[in-house]
Amino acid sequence: MTTGQPSRPPTPIVTAGAGRPEPWSLATYLANGGYAGLRKALSMAPEAVREEVLAANLLGRGGAGFEAGRKWSMVRPAQPVYVVVNGDESEPCTFKDHQLLETDPHQIIEGTLICAYAVGASGAFVFVRGEFALGLERMTAAVEEAYDHGAVGRDIFGSGFSVDVVIHPGAGAYICGEETALLESLEGKRGFPREKPPYFPAAIGLYGAPTVVNNVETVSNLPWIVNQGGAAFASLGEGRSTGTRIFSLSGHVVRPGNYEVEMVHTTFRDLMFDPALGQGMRPGRTLKAFVPGGVSAPWFGPDQLDMPLDQDAVGKAGSMLGSGSIVAMDDTTCMVRAAWRITRFFHRESCGQCTPCREGGGWIDKVMHRIELGAGREADLDLLLDVCDNIAPGLGWPPAKTTICVLGPSIPSSVTSAIRMFRDEFLVHIKEGGCPFAA
Amino acid sequence: MARLSVENVQRAQDLIALYPQPRSALIPVLHLAQAQDGYLTAEAMAHVGELIGITPAEVAGTASFYDMFFLHPVGTHLISICTNLACMIDGAYELLEHAEERLGVAAGGTTADRRFTLEEVECIALCGRAPCLAVNWRFFGDVTPESFDRLVDDLAAGALADEVPPHGTLCRVVRQVPLQATGVTVADLEAQRQSAGAAGGGNP
Repeated sequence: MTTGQPSRPPTPIVTAGAGRPEPWSLATYLANGGYAGLRKALSMAPEAVREEVLAANLLGRGGAGFEAGRKWSMVRPAQPVYVVVNGDESEPCTFKDHQLLETDPHQIIEGTLICAYAVGASGAFVFVRGEFALGLERMTAAVEEAYDHGAVGRDIFGSGFSVDVVIHPGAGAYICGEETALLESLEGKRGFPREKPPYFPAAIGLYGAPTVVNNVETVSNLPWIVNQGGAAFASLGEGRSTGTRIFSLSGHVVRPGNYEVEMVHTTFRDLMFDPALGQGMRPGRTLKAFVPGGVSAPWFGPDQLDMPLDQDAVGKAGSMLGSGSIVAMDDTTCMVRAAWRITRFFHRESCGQCTPCREGGGWIDKVMHRIELGAGREADLDLLLDVCDNIAPGLGWPPAKTTICVLGPSIPSSVTSAIRMFRDEFLVHIKEGGCPFAA
Repeated sequence: MARLSVENVQRAQDLIALYPQPRSALIPVLHLAQAQDGYLTAEAMAHVGELIGITPAEVAGTASFYDMFFLHPVGTHLISICTNLACMIDGAYELLEHAEERLGVAAGGTTADRRFTLEEVECIALCGRAPCLAVNWRFFGDVTPESFDRLVDDLAAGALADEVPPHGTLCRVVRQVPLQATGVTVADLEAQRQSAGAAGGGNP
C-alpha cells in the first residue's frame, strides 16, 4: 500500500554516478560534466558562490541538519581558514557516505574545492572513516587524478586559486563523527569533543583556526547547486527541507538500500513500501516500529508512516531525520533487545569525559540486558527512566544536555521510546523471566 | 625489533609533510606501523613519537583510544562481525555464535595458529546487506553460516589474497603528489582582481 508514487526529481543529484561504468574514475566523471561546477564557481566571486548555497538552503546531511550556507557565513575572517569534510560515518544503520566515498570520490573532491573557494580556505582535509579501506583507496586515487587534471593544488584551472586536499584516515571511534572530536582526532589526539561555546569550529577549529566542517553528502550537493543554481535546488522539497536526500533504509523491508528521494514530497511510507524503493515488509510480516533518523532518534510507530521526510515536521513530532537512516522493525523483533543493543552501542562509544554519559550509559546497558535475559524487576522501568532523566533532564525533545556533546543525550531516545511504546513487552520479560521472542 | 623500516620512515616523512602540524600525521603513521607489523609494537610507537616529536606516552595515549589499533598481536585475518541493530535483527548474534564455533575462539580471541582473530564490532555501514562483516576492513554482506564457512576456507587457502591484504594494510594507494598550494589565498586573489579592475582591465 502506498500513498502513490513519491515525487522524485527527474535525475538524482548526489547518486547520479551510481549506475555508470567505474563512476569513481576521472574519465567517467568528466564524461558526465564533472568539475564544471568548480570551473563555474572559480569564475564567480566567492561571495556569489556563498549566495547560491544560501539560496539553496542546503541543510547539513550529517545529522544536526544545520544550514551549510549559514555555517560558512559564520567563519571568522582570518588566515588561515580550513575546510574539513566529515566522512567518518558511524551512526548505526547509516551507510550513505560509505557508498558516496566508494562510488563518487570526484564529486566529493569537487564539492570540497567549491566550499574551500567560497570560504577562502588555504587547506582542505577529507576525514574518511578508517574502516572504509576501499573508500580511502578510491578517495586517494581520485585526489591524485584531480591534481593531474589541474583541479587541485596550485593555480586551479588557471584561476590563480590554490588549495591542497589531503585524505585523512580515522582509526575507529564513533565519537569522531562529532565535529569537534573529529578536529581533535585530525590533530593527532584522542577523540574528545570540545565545549561549544567557545569551540565552535567556525570560530576556533582546526589548530585554533576558523574551520568549516561539512558532511560528505552535504558537499556532494555543491557541484549541482553551482551548476543549476541555488533556486533550482530550493524548488525541490518544501520549506526549510530543500533538495533531495539519501536515506539509508535497512531492517525488515524487502529491498533495503540507499535511496535518494525528494524531501517533504516523500513520506516514510513511500520509502518503506514504494515498489521502486523499499518494496514493503517481508512477506507475512507487519511493521512494529521504525527508527526515523539514526539510533540517536526516538522511534516512530506505524501510525507515523505518512509523515513527510521533512526535517522540521519530524522534529515537531518528537524525533529527527538525523543521519537519514531508517530501520524498519517487524513483528518478530524484540523491542527490549533492540533498545538494549542501541544503549550498549552508546555505552561502548562514550569517550568517557562526562559522567552522565559514561556512567549512565553503562547502567542502562546493564539494567536493559538483565531485563532481556529474564532477571529484571518491575521497578527497573522507573529506574531506567530515572537514569535517563539524569542524562537528559526532563526527557523532552530535543533533549536537555548535561554533557559536552550530544552523544550522552542521545542515549535515552531508544530506551524511553521502547518503554513508552512497548511497556507490556518489558512486563512480559519480567513476569515470564525471559524473552518471549527467543527461539 | 620493530622500528619502522627505512622505506616506512620515508613514507612517514611524506605523510608528516602533508599537515600544517606534524602531530596530525600521527594516526596515518600509526596505520603505517600497523601495516608493517600487523599490530602496534612498543618499539614502533616509540619510533613514531621520535619522527613526530612527541613522547611514547603521547603516542600510546592516542593509539589506545581507537578501536582499529591493536597493542598486542592479532591474526593475519581480523574478522569483524557487526552486531548492531540492523544486523542484530537479521541474525548477527547467531552468525557470531557460528563463527565462534567454526574458529574455536570466543569473540576477541585469536586462533592458535595466529591466522584468525574474531571480534564483535559496532555498525560498519553495510546495513543494506545485513548481516555483514569485514575481514581486514574488506566488506562482505548478506553473510550466512554457509557463506561464512566458505569465506574462512578461502582465506585459509589464500584464495582471497588479492582482495584481502594482511591485517594492518589499510589503503593500498599511496599518495605521490606533494602539497602544491603556494599560499595564494582567496583574499589575495580578490585583491588582484580589484587592482586589475581599478586599472581598467581584466574581469569584473
